Amino acid sequence: MMRGTILAATLFAATALGAGIAKADPDNFVEVQRGKYLATVGDCMGCHVGPDGKSMAGGNLLETPFGNIAVPNITPDNKTGIGTWSAEDFYQAMHVGKAPDGTHLYPAFPYTSFTKMTREDTDAIYAYLRAQEAVENEVDRDTLPFPFNIRLAMWGWNWLNFTPGEFKPDPQKSEAYNRGAYLVEGPGHCGLCHTPRNFMGGDAAGDELKGGALQGWFAPNISADKHVGIGAWSEAEIVDYLRTGHTARSAASGPMAEVVSYSTSHMTEGDLKAIATYLRERGAAGEAKPQPLAASEPRMQAGAAIYDDTCAACHVGDGSGVAGMFPRLADNQLVQQTDPSGILHVILQGSQSVATPHAVTAPSMPALGWRLSDQQVADVATFIRNSWGNAAAPVTADQVKSMREETAGVAMPARH
Amino acid sequence: MSRLPKKDVVIVGLGWTGSIMAHELAMAGLDVVAIERGPWRDTATDYNIGTAPDELRYAVRQDIFLRPAQDTQTARNSLDQVALPIRKYGSYLPGNGVGGAGVHWNGHTWRFFPSDFNLRSHYIERYGKDIIPENCTVQDWPVSYDELEPHYDFFEKVCGISGKAGNIKGVIQPGGNPFEGWRSDEYPTKPLKPNLSQTMFAKAATELGMHPFPLPSGNISEAYTNPYGVRMAPCTYCGFCEWFGCANYSKASPQACVLPALMRQSNFEARTLCEVTKINTTPDGKMATGVTYVDADGREWEQPAELVLLCAYAIFNVRLLMLSNIGTQYDPVSNTGTLGRNYAYQTNAGSVGYFSKDVNFNPFAGAGSLGMMADDFNGDNFDHTGLGFIGGANINCTTTNGRPISNRPVPPGTPRWGAEWKKATADTYGHVQSVGTQGSSMAYRDVYLDLDPTYKDRLGRPLMRMTFDFKENDLKMSRYVVDQTAKIARAMGANHVSVNYKKGPWSVVPYQTTHNTGGAVMSSTPQDGVVNRYTQHWDVPNLFVSGACLFPQNAGYNPTGTVGALTYWALDAIKNKYLKNPGQALVQA
Repeated sequence: MMRGTILAATLFAATALGAGIAKADPDNFVEVQRGKYLATVGDCMGCHVGPDGKSMAGGNLLETPFGNIAVPNITPDNKTGIGTWSAEDFYQAMHVGKAPDGTHLYPAFPYTSFTKMTREDTDAIYAYLRAQEAVENEVDRDTLPFPFNIRLAMWGWNWLNFTPGEFKPDPQKSEAYNRGAYLVEGPGHCGLCHTPRNFMGGDAAGDELKGGALQGWFAPNISADKHVGIGAWSEAEIVDYLRTGHTARSAASGPMAEVVSYSTSHMTEGDLKAIATYLRERGAAGEAKPQPLAASEPRMQAGAAIYDDTCAACHVGDGSGVAGMFPRLADNQLVQQTDPSGILHVILQGSQSVATPHAVTAPSMPALGWRLSDQQVADVATFIRNSWGNAAAPVTADQVKSMREETAGVAMPARH
Repeated sequence: MSRLPKKDVVIVGLGWTGSIMAHELAMAGLDVVAIERGPWRDTATDYNIGTAPDELRYAVRQDIFLRPAQDTQTARNSLDQVALPIRKYGSYLPGNGVGGAGVHWNGHTWRFFPSDFNLRSHYIERYGKDIIPENCTVQDWPVSYDELEPHYDFFEKVCGISGKAGNIKGVIQPGGNPFEGWRSDEYPTKPLKPNLSQTMFAKAATELGMHPFPLPSGNISEAYTNPYGVRMAPCTYCGFCEWFGCANYSKASPQACVLPALMRQSNFEARTLCEVTKINTTPDGKMATGVTYVDADGREWEQPAELVLLCAYAIFNVRLLMLSNIGTQYDPVSNTGTLGRNYAYQTNAGSVGYFSKDVNFNPFAGAGSLGMMADDFNGDNFDHTGLGFIGGANINCTTTNGRPISNRPVPPGTPRWGAEWKKATADTYGHVQSVGTQGSSMAYRDVYLDLDPTYKDRLGRPLMRMTFDFKENDLKMSRYVVDQTAKIARAMGANHVSVNYKKGPWSVVPYQTTHNTGGAVMSSTPQDGVVNRYTQHWDVPNLFVSGACLFPQNAGYNPTGTVGALTYWALDAIKNKYLKNPGQALVQA
């Protein structure tokens, strides 16, 4: 009944706005604010940020294994943005991945997650987007090479990889768990990075949140696995990480720095706790912890010497780090991921962690690729992955070589 | 020239004082712009640990310092000489760029003694007026230690200073400096770990009846979050402090302690590579209207503002006042005017002890402020009766570095190069320890700053002329305290002690210290200073001046702690007095 009323109301609104000229009613302050929060949770800005750095006028190129996809302008500009869209159009895009003219959107736009959002929530985001300044910014939407430029192909992709449908709470679980599940699986679309992709770029079935490769990084396992996931993280630690970007064992950098900066650092304590509850309770996914390499192994000895010279000043001889500044490497899940891309990227190219209102210092890791050979990087990574209680597969010089090629020219973010 | 929209506050220079002023006033809601001559610099990009410890680039080639081609001074020792330009900075090294000299300092963070603030009356009261040397123009500060104490305390908390208090609210604390002024609180972080030198010094000084204590250090000993929410990491004793930016977030600097918070404020803007050429005033000269600056492309801009804060390095503040025709130039002959008067420096010397080969000091495990001190011969902590001088010096035993290029101590008489030099270097390295002094520098009638009559900078403006020499009073003082350092070095067990007294004339060539003070001193009356006790210009009430140029004379300590305290003291007056009634003088002349 409730739902019917709201639907009717929004349909009416959609009709009124159908002409595509009016901005959102300035009196719907509450809905716009709710939409602003949801747009923050969804980190729309992360992809849609415009050339002005402030609006969501799009234009960024998203790297995918199939080619680069230019991110559209979602400001209410009639010509180049979504000014002519109705709330229903917006819901269809979010819910089934289709533009108003019926063409298929690419799943780089995570409708596979947004489909779980309620109509009330997509309407609120719509109201918020309508309330923004229209920015004219023409984005070339046909950047993918053949055959991926054939959008109709997404019909088949969807058939194989996509089940539309709103989130269904689990009545056996707590309210916090269900809220967390909604946020993680719906607007937060965490799985887009943290779930491995199958060969079509769809979610690998059964491996949800087990970690995934992207843009020369590895979005780590955030299942409740104790060895490589967040199973050993307390609720407070997860909340601190998402809110401030920094904990004793981790500092958000790379793509996650953007997520913390634009999104999670602005989320409410209640929602962050809900996310922590869900992630901690939803189950573990990961391989059994391997035996660590023996310290006497030649690679370990070489790595230990490099560590002492190059890493120990900040990360400390016993891998204990400096809380909030230099991540602890002992019992650090990030460095023990099955896929070592993250640790290799950081050693080779360096990285600056995120600054948030709660942690204004954004310490950086220097690039060391210019003075360590592939073998040296492999050895020190192997040493870190197998010391102080850590255990993970050794890294080979070939892995370093390909990571070096993949990240070449990807310098640290420019000074700000 | 293009005129820009008016700001509430324009700040000249974005070093320690500029960044603190900007942050506090932006937090207070004002629209603030800082204009900085040098480039933007931050820890992550510019002082990256992968490249920061580069002695050739930073210490030898002076990478982060001002180039004489940008600005230099002419120098002479006395009025009868013709001053010549410094064509390679040597005796002192002015910083350049965001962070200023706060980037490359060693981190020694002191409070002056309570008696330093009423120096002239203190000496006269204790010893009679004849103790003040002829033509010595020392004067009392217009602000007391008690008034500055809360601001010293806050600056130390912003920096995270490591140390051991010697006097908390009048109660002497074991292990600290018993001579220091009272402190409202302990240091924010515990002292650095001593190296062998400090342990040996502490023992020897104690045996000689002195009172050793750890040097208050801006290279901090443990992880720390300051009142602005900015985080610092523990010092790693890497030995690359002085002349280097700290890559480890361990050395207090604007970058480490203020800028991360400041840069998040949307009502603050920094314009780098922009040099302020003039402070503009109303036609009657009674109010500042803003500044004129030149950007990197040579374009000239006018930035109007309600409030102008002069926050560049000491001598550049003084020069900008001169170039803007604000105040009256001091003339030593007629003894008139105040601008440029009471320039002072620092009187440093000491002894070097050469030890047996089984004494390994490991100098490479050092930090800019890793040291043990004794203040028994500093300030007026000892009886000056019959000594023939005023002032004193701290005694320091520091382990700042063991860097490979310039840290090559050899015994006196060793050839300057060749096989013998190489052998002496190898034999001596790690077995040498100096015991130094950092002495006060008094003000004198014929030591001052003015504009050079001949030499001009790249923009056609006269260079500043510096007339300075070490005077008999200060040389005598230094000699007296250096004798104490030799005693300590011998008591530490040195086989041979080389005693190096300070000698005149002052030379611009060897590095001595970047502690140039005075020239725009704060004073009780407009007759003997440039600014009032709140650092507000006597003639132009919406102009405030920061930095060591405010010191009426220099104490036996590094200046930064007092510069920081004065900045917060001035801010307190600006926020709580001036802004309630802007444009008015806080002290009636």
